[in-house]
Amino acid sequence: MSDLISMTASDAAQALAQGSISSVELTQAHLDRIDATDAAVGSFLARSTNALEAAKRSDKARHAGENLSALAGIPIAIKDVLCTTDMVTTAGSRILEGWLPPYDATVVTKLRAAGMVPLGKTNMDEFAMGSSTEHSGYHVTKNPWDLSVAPGGSGGGSAAAVAAKQAPLAIGSDTGGSIRQPAAFTGTVGVKPTYGAVSRYGVIALASSLDQVGPVSRTVKDAALLHDVIGGHDPHDSTSIATPWPSMSAAADAGAQAESLAGVRVGVVRELAGEGVHAGVRQRFEETLALLSDQGAEVVEVSAPHCEHAVAAYYLILPAEASSNLARFDSVRFGLRVTPSGAPTVEDVMSATRDAGFGDEVKRRIILGTYALSAGYYDAYYGSAQKVRTLIQRDFAVAFEKVDVVVSPTAPTTAFPLGAKMDDPLAMWAGDVTTIPGNLAGIPGMSLPMGLSPDNGLPVGIQLMAPAYQDARLYKIGATMERLFFERDGYLVSQRVPEVA
Amino acid sequence: MSEMTPDSVRHLASLARIALSEEEISRLSGELAAIVQAVESVQKVATDDVPPTSHPLALGNVFRDDVVGDTLTTEEALAGAPDHDGSRFRVSAILGEEQ
Amino acid sequence: MAADTLMDFDKALELFEPVIGFEVHVELSTHTKMFSSAPNPAAMDEAQVDPNTCITPLCLGLPGSLPVVNGKAVEYSISLGLALGCEIAPVSRFARKNYFYPDLGKNYQISQFDEPIAFEGSVSVELDDGSLVEVPIERAHMEEDAGKLTHVGGATGRIQGAEYSLVDYNRAGVPLVEIVTKPIEGMEHRAGELGRAYVSTIRDMVRSLGISHARMERGNLRCDANVSLRPRGTTAYGTRTETKNVNSFRSIERAVRYEIQRQAVILAAGGSITQETRHWHEDTGTTSPGRPKSDADDYRYFPEPDLLPVEASRELVESLRQALPEQPVLMRRRLRAQWGFSDVDFGAIVNAGLITEIHDTILLGVDAVAARKWWMGELSRLANDQGVEPGSIATPEDVHALQSLVDAGRLTDKLAREVLGAMVAGEGSPEDIVLARGLEVVSDDGALLAAIDDALAAQPDVLGKIREGKTQAAGAVIGAVMKAMRGQADAARVHALVIDRANESG
Repeated sequence: MSDLISMTASDAAQALAQGSISSVELTQAHLDRIDATDAAVGSFLARSTNALEAAKRSDKARHAGENLSALAGIPIAIKDVLCTTDMVTTAGSRILEGWLPPYDATVVTKLRAAGMVPLGKTNMDEFAMGSSTEHSGYHVTKNPWDLSVAPGGSGGGSAAAVAAKQAPLAIGSDTGGSIRQPAAFTGTVGVKPTYGAVSRYGVIALASSLDQVGPVSRTVKDAALLHDVIGGHDPHDSTSIATPWPSMSAAADAGAQAESLAGVRVGVVRELAGEGVHAGVRQRFEETLALLSDQGAEVVEVSAPHCEHAVAAYYLILPAEASSNLARFDSVRFGLRVTPSGAPTVEDVMSATRDAGFGDEVKRRIILGTYALSAGYYDAYYGSAQKVRTLIQRDFAVAFEKVDVVVSPTAPTTAFPLGAKMDDPLAMWAGDVTTIPGNLAGIPGMSLPMGLSPDNGLPVGIQLMAPAYQDARLYKIGATMERLFFERDGYLVSQRVPEVA
Repeated sequence: MSEMTPDSVRHLASLARIALSEEEISRLSGELAAIVQAVESVQKVATDDVPPTSHPLALGNVFRDDVVGDTLTTEEALAGAPDHDGSRFRVSAILGEEQ
Repeated sequence: MAADTLMDFDKALELFEPVIGFEVHVELSTHTKMFSSAPNPAAMDEAQVDPNTCITPLCLGLPGSLPVVNGKAVEYSISLGLALGCEIAPVSRFARKNYFYPDLGKNYQISQFDEPIAFEGSVSVELDDGSLVEVPIERAHMEEDAGKLTHVGGATGRIQGAEYSLVDYNRAGVPLVEIVTKPIEGMEHRAGELGRAYVSTIRDMVRSLGISHARMERGNLRCDANVSLRPRGTTAYGTRTETKNVNSFRSIERAVRYEIQRQAVILAAGGSITQETRHWHEDTGTTSPGRPKSDADDYRYFPEPDLLPVEASRELVESLRQALPEQPVLMRRRLRAQWGFSDVDFGAIVNAGLITEIHDTILLGVDAVAARKWWMGELSRLANDQGVEPGSIATPEDVHALQSLVDAGRLTDKLAREVLGAMVAGEGSPEDIVLARGLEVVSDDGALLAAIDDALAAQPDVLGKIREGKTQAAGAVIGAVMKAMRGQADAARVHALVIDRANESG
């Protein structure tokens, strides 16, 4: 049984194809694992009651000789920000407690069509606002590496589920680092695709111009396989890209087989590898750069000077868009309704509902966003932030003329203790300094583990970013790097997660 | 620039339809004053010659054909409603006027 | 509530100069809504559509739902912009207008803010005396309509005093074009008349473009009237009010006059006008205040991040320009000459909003006099009884079918009116009704002669009188025959046959 949950999705897919295991066995093993460990870890909000049914259907189709998708029969966890018709969907908020959507997100439709087996919905910071999953309206998710530290956020549940082997794969969403940072904190792999590469239809919106759905896994190849399932144009999403994509899985294979990194130009972003980075993280990062260089990569420093203003711009754009996106939660058509005593008007009911249903971080950002858009302040705040966005895009465009990928530590620190940053919003926000620029520019980014911190033994991640539309490049180079790490260390960090007590 | 006083928070909360308690208003005005000060820096580089970016990718003219798609039944539409009469959503008396 | 004091209209105009403006919302008749593929109730023939039956997730603002622009609605909007004489923006964008109201599924409306699809235009409007006014157009932009609220428990069905409200989102998301005029000065006593003529012109325009059914009683075309006064001899604009709920041409004219008279009293007494939205009451012919404009109207516009810019190519704009129909003023002048009606009669057709119906009926081959007679006569009467517009209860095809039966001698005028009433009541086509009710005029002389002989037998002295030259005596026989035939006879033919009978027996 422990073998089944330790398998990568790629290996499990091969075993299914060869007939040495069934999807029902594979699914049951993961369901058992969740039962045994989720009281301690808290990855999940809702559990599917249809998982074994879906697994049986997949096995049946395989026996009938049907042509199946590469990941058919593989179990997967889904961040609770995506709408699922058969599982309660809350976005981690009490204002949607018990809500069953009447439609599936396009990504969910694609997972089902590929014959995958959804296991449940994973915990997240409320409406994806947060960097530790501590702002969930329901419960706190623990980091499987050390149950007293945060798994990162907002997608801590998906990362923890994959790290704790409750699922080989998960779906996450990333607006300012919510896939990549938890990947770094939990020693797993996470990718934010190019903006528009994956459909946002049915994804509960936080910041419409920044949100993107992506894969969470334990290996680069696994992330690539999942990316191939979920990517592609969706006519329901006007911002989705229509040009066809190459196979990420083929790119990962090519990278794994590449002899070296000769010919690869790597740019280290000065502004993202600077003062705020903790010593342990910096050490692993320098070691990794040396490894890349030894293996033939040309490693140079590049500058993206306007990244200095990235956090400020982000914390104007996001709250502004979110304040508008979250206006729909008003007690009228769905979700919570709180009726104050007396003869309340509908305005009273709306206001009481929103005060009761939203947590502190959400209220903070809604008020800030309302301010940034309000009459007389638009030019100074939201308008200015959108200009910073242009400047950051230009910075990256200049950098990519000289290099193929840019790198930085995924996060300036390792996973911090639960509760450590809850009293200081600005300190929590500052941790996103490395991941935010990618969202502002719309370019793809990947985090993969580059070791364990010498300070505390917690995972450390390296972030790769590529130009827009060049997601395949991340998988190719990332796969090579992953192989190099394995050859250097004799193990993959994602295989070294301590046993969950 | 205006300061983030409890009165400004009260006004914003009213625009955003959130019935904040006095404690929340007081706490938020302190937090947000610090935050606004931190994010104000964007004005320094946001000069007139820089165009704003609303969409990361330069796409345009995304349309659909004028053809009816998948609709929800009335039951599905009302399924999540806190209160309805079988065909319409029900809400308490409205204070304001239609726009 | 105390009634407003009104100043005599002429006196008001001695003291003050009115400045007016109009915002007209046009519901487009595309098959689907503006941003979702739900069916569009504004395009449907049925007056009543069951609540919440034209719904997709976006109409309810369900979490995760996204807008996608209806390409046809964009084309219709560009065509309308061109017909309004506007520039078409090479790039235009959508923006979110943020406010909370239960009829808005998302608590924001997707509209256009500083980058509308069309701007800087002008419309020729003809007044009752035939003179032309050029109405300057500020802009026309695309947006979506809101749902419908029904207020329950109050005395009048209005918001005040209601216990609760019911929400139907069928209309939420219907495509709208909002047309905004620039301030219009110099109309003086004719300010109200201009309002009426302007909206009537817009109505004809969108109907001949084929982009909207423009049925005012169904809200397909809605008008808000802006009125302000300034003291004679001054140049600064006064504070204006915006009056909503003006649902007919006549109401627009009356509402404008009312506001002029109401504001004049206040200003003359040294008071000031509150900038506010007012509500027109058709039954009392008055306006009443709504909520004053306040901080709460901070709409926090920002570019819609879920939608991409609309880049109208020169090729598209030119091809739509080529396809534009005749301007309403030109069409009206041409038709007035062609149809040959008096100015008064033609003006009545314009004011009744029946230009298009009568025009289309004539195109089908019906004589102009007959077309006018049916639309302005019986159909207007029947429509009035039901409180709807004539165009809602019949089509030009119906009138053509009916008149064809009269032209063929199969129906008399009187029978045709009966058939029309039955048709409007839903009994079927004119042909169906004639067959079902057996109304066809009897053209068989033998049958007529039999009835004539019966009548003559009952009135034996008639033949004698006719032979003596008193041909009017035939009238009594004709009357009896028509009664016996239940009106299904051509009275002229009966008369001729009676005269023949008289001559025969001589």
